[in-house]
Amino acid sequence: MSKLNARIPEGPIDKKWTNHKNNIRLVNPANKRLIDVIVVGTGLAGGSAAASLAEMGYNVKAFCFQDSPRRAHSIAAQGGINAAKNYQNDGDSVYRLFYDTVKGGDYRSREANVYRLAEVSANIIDQCVAQGVPFAREYGGLLDNRSFGGVQVSRTFYAKGQTGQQLLLGAYSAMSRQIGLGRIKMYNRHEMLELVVVNGKARGIIARDLVTGEIERHSAHAVVIASGGYGNVFFLSTNAMGSNATASWKVHKKGALFANPCFTQIHPTCIPVSGDHQSKLTLMSESLRNDGRIWVPAKKEDAEAIRAGKLKPTQIPEEDRDYYLERRYPAFGNLVPRDVASRAAKERCDAGYGVNATGEAVYLDFASAIERYGREKANVEGIQNPSLEKIKELGKKVVEAKYGNLFQMYEKIVDQNPYETPMMIYPAVHYTMGGVWVDYNLMTTIPGCYAIGEANFSDHGANRLGASALMQGLADGYFVLPYTIGDYLADDIRTGAIPTDLPEFDEAEKAVVEQLQKFIANKGSKPVDYFHKKLGKIMWNEVGMARNESGLKKAIQEIRELRDEFHKEVMVPGELNGFNQELEKAWRVADFLELGELMALDALSRTESCGGHFREESQTEEGEAVRNDAEFTFVSAWEFTGDPGKAILHKEELVYENIELKTRSYK
Amino acid sequence: MKLTLKIWRQAGPGKAGKMETYPIDGISPDMSFLEMLDVLNNKLVTEGQEPVAFDHDCREGICGACSLYINGEAHGPDRGVTTCQLHMRKFKDGDTIYIEPWRAKAFPVIKDLVVDRGAFDRIMAAGGFVSVNTSGNTLDANSIPIPKDDADKAFDAATCIGCGACVASCKNSSAMLFVSAKVSQLALLPQGRVEAQRRVLNMVEQMDKEGFGNCTNTGACEVECPKGISLENIARMNREYIKAGLLSES
Ligand SMILES: Cc1cc2nc3c(=O)[nH]c(=O)nc-3n(C[C@H](O)[C@H](O)[C@H](O)COP(=O)(O)OP(=O)(O)OC[C@H]3O[C@@H](n4cnc5c(N)ncnc54)[C@H](O)[C@@H]3O)c2cc1C
Ligand code: SF4
Ligand code: FES
Repeated sequence: MSKLNARIPEGPIDKKWTNHKNNIRLVNPANKRLIDVIVVGTGLAGGSAAASLAEMGYNVKAFCFQDSPRRAHSIAAQGGINAAKNYQNDGDSVYRLFYDTVKGGDYRSREANVYRLAEVSANIIDQCVAQGVPFAREYGGLLDNRSFGGVQVSRTFYAKGQTGQQLLLGAYSAMSRQIGLGRIKMYNRHEMLELVVVNGKARGIIARDLVTGEIERHSAHAVVIASGGYGNVFFLSTNAMGSNATASWKVHKKGALFANPCFTQIHPTCIPVSGDHQSKLTLMSESLRNDGRIWVPAKKEDAEAIRAGKLKPTQIPEEDRDYYLERRYPAFGNLVPRDVASRAAKERCDAGYGVNATGEAVYLDFASAIERYGREKANVEGIQNPSLEKIKELGKKVVEAKYGNLFQMYEKIVDQNPYETPMMIYPAVHYTMGGVWVDYNLMTTIPGCYAIGEANFSDHGANRLGASALMQGLADGYFVLPYTIGDYLADDIRTGAIPTDLPEFDEAEKAVVEQLQKFIANKGSKPVDYFHKKLGKIMWNEVGMARNESGLKKAIQEIRELRDEFHKEVMVPGELNGFNQELEKAWRVADFLELGELMALDALSRTESCGGHFREESQTEEGEAVRNDAEFTFVSAWEFTGDPGKAILHKEELVYENIELKTRSYK
Repeated sequence: MKLTLKIWRQAGPGKAGKMETYPIDGISPDMSFLEMLDVLNNKLVTEGQEPVAFDHDCREGICGACSLYINGEAHGPDRGVTTCQLHMRKFKDGDTIYIEPWRAKAFPVIKDLVVDRGAFDRIMAAGGFVSVNTSGNTLDANSIPIPKDDADKAFDAATCIGCGACVASCKNSSAMLFVSAKVSQLALLPQGRVEAQRRVLNMVEQMDKEGFGNCTNTGACEVECPKGISLENIARMNREYIKAGLLSES
């Protein structure tokens, strides 16, 4: 048990964070200048952390593999960011945000962390506005809100469909200021390939300069992993092409426990797969479910006619449509949480009601929203007895103002006009709730090694609510880590700079170089993508939206075989010393091939269904997930032992003192 | 579809490069342009050749990483999209497609189609921010109402993705559209107004240092910008610049 002390402060839940902040040790400003911190990743989590730490006076070295911090995957977030501001006066509060997040996570997250997240959420919006983030506003000049799945209040702040972009550019501008002041040294196009642990403490990293190929040693008093999620294990996901698990996986192999690896979020509204050439999937923001209604034909023969191209969706009358979410979940309707919406779509498609050539798509329809908005607008503009055409014209403008860029994106990819015909959507891998295990201070089980943002596991349990990842990334980076890290660094004010000629650096560097050389020297015949796609298929089929014992066992076997084949057969052209994108991919896929096995193992060991993890053995007759609180109210934290299949399970028991465990119902 | 690709190959910075020809077959009109290049690259790797290096990440038009000059146009023939959003249905069977990197003194080639756009980051570090520290007690976000029109204009300017197409399509390799987008966004908001003068002077100074050319109002940048950043931003920046210059002299 000693490995897992969550270090949750004493006291009532609403006082824990304040008390903790008042009691943890601080590093005084003069001493901060003597301390180096490495931040791996410059997305919302890493970017905000790097900026805040530098403002406080620490020397920060920040790393990203893109050519600029502004391009981190966070840039792609569309819909919005939650905060308990209660500007809409609809009864929102810190407690309600806390409650919704724990419930949405299907009671598998840590109460104290989630409460803190809700508590600092309001500060995030203040901070971002102060930086010049142009959130959407109402005519009165105040901030506008929308609602997201799984909740009944409007607490989501947004900037059209580009919220992530605007927030990231805010964090990037804060970083830029510190880069200009020389307090952040930015390493673009650098990839961390190994963690260096000295006397049990994280003291540096080995990185590769992706332009020159040079292997570099960087030392620091603490290392923060902010490298994002691992959804690309599935090859096809909504993540950016470069998103990878390497940094998290390397710290795991060096001793950090990895928590709940099987908790993956499959997002219900993505553009369906169109063919084998597909390299990634595009999300259609959840915010669209505010106004779009999801349906499939109620009659199988209509679905068949549509698939054969003989019928158009607009020709199907209302009474022959099955708005299955509204039917099954009348209280939340189209706004049920993601896991529920995804499984419902799969259920309809598996039953033969899918609407595109592959049979794996459902409709997301804006016709009624366009009409509703059009009527409102006509009213506002005082137009008497407007024609249906006029109403539609006005309505389309309103919808365009709200979701214009998403509609354009859809049209470019699918070559259909979503203002005229419903969108086709299908679930796709989107987010990973699992990640590196951290305590309340966001420290991993390696002293001095922290994990923040999507890279850690801390706040979303078994399912993340929409607009909560941006909130968590910025909460961790702006408001949590900068305080908690001081408690650890207070011991290091007299340590002095960490030398990079220690034997631990020699060893770590040697291991990295040997592996890289092996790839280059390998006389294989197949490109990296071949293996990555194969891994993706195994994961999607057996460790995807529905899982069962025999499938998971099969997956483990297949992944192990694929891993062996990869190391024998992969072909990596080019050189070690230079720009080499195939080599970058090979390194990342090697890690995915190990992590994938741990995900399957974790899914196998958790025989309950909860959140995004659906075990077919554990469901009701109507197909609703059945959780097993008596046996599984814990975080699974895995310890690496040299073989991902032989990882050791540690359990962090979850204690609910403020929220009663209930069956999640959205009916 | 069957195509002939003519692609710029360059081994490294400062090395000589040249156009190479690659025939390619079996391309579906539903593929994106970059997926077409994936097909080529996997073929090259299988044949033991080095794949073509190009920058990309999000593949949905938002990160600004992708950057190709296709048939003489930044981000290719389609309007309002980045290269990663360009689909092969915009081309015809049998077409010859020329693919080159951004060409500008301030964007040196790293390899093949990959260029170094670090100059943009340095311009941002010179002033593209509001000087506010992180703290838990900044003003409440709603304490300063902002007219919706200003907020919307600031947002439009803020959607620049830093791709560099404006520079690549300008005959003078000017970075005015990029710089003016940031200057405008922050000048339009009360939070950014306070430092507006300093900002515009510092950013323009850095822009000049990086070796970008002058703006002669050809408007090519606006046409090729995938995010529709408007020339009005350049006009606004010029006004800000003149104002700042006058004030700093007096
Ligand atoms: C399409 C899409 C839409 C989304 N929309 C929303 C939304 O509306 N609301 C919401 O709350 N959430 C949304 N999310 C989720 C959210 O965007 C992410 O969870 C969040 O942005 C992750 O931020 P991060 O800082 O943890 O990591 P990232 O933004 O992924 O950043 C990772 C960073 O780590 C760096 N890195 C990684 N590995 C290495 C390495 N080995 N060495 C050096 N650097 C490395 C990268 O360069 C990058 O800078 C969305 C996600 C997607 C895919
Ligand atoms: S102004 Fe347009 S073309 Fe220039 S960098 Fe920004 S988005 Fe790209
Ligand atoms: S790859 Fe991100 S904009 Fe094209």
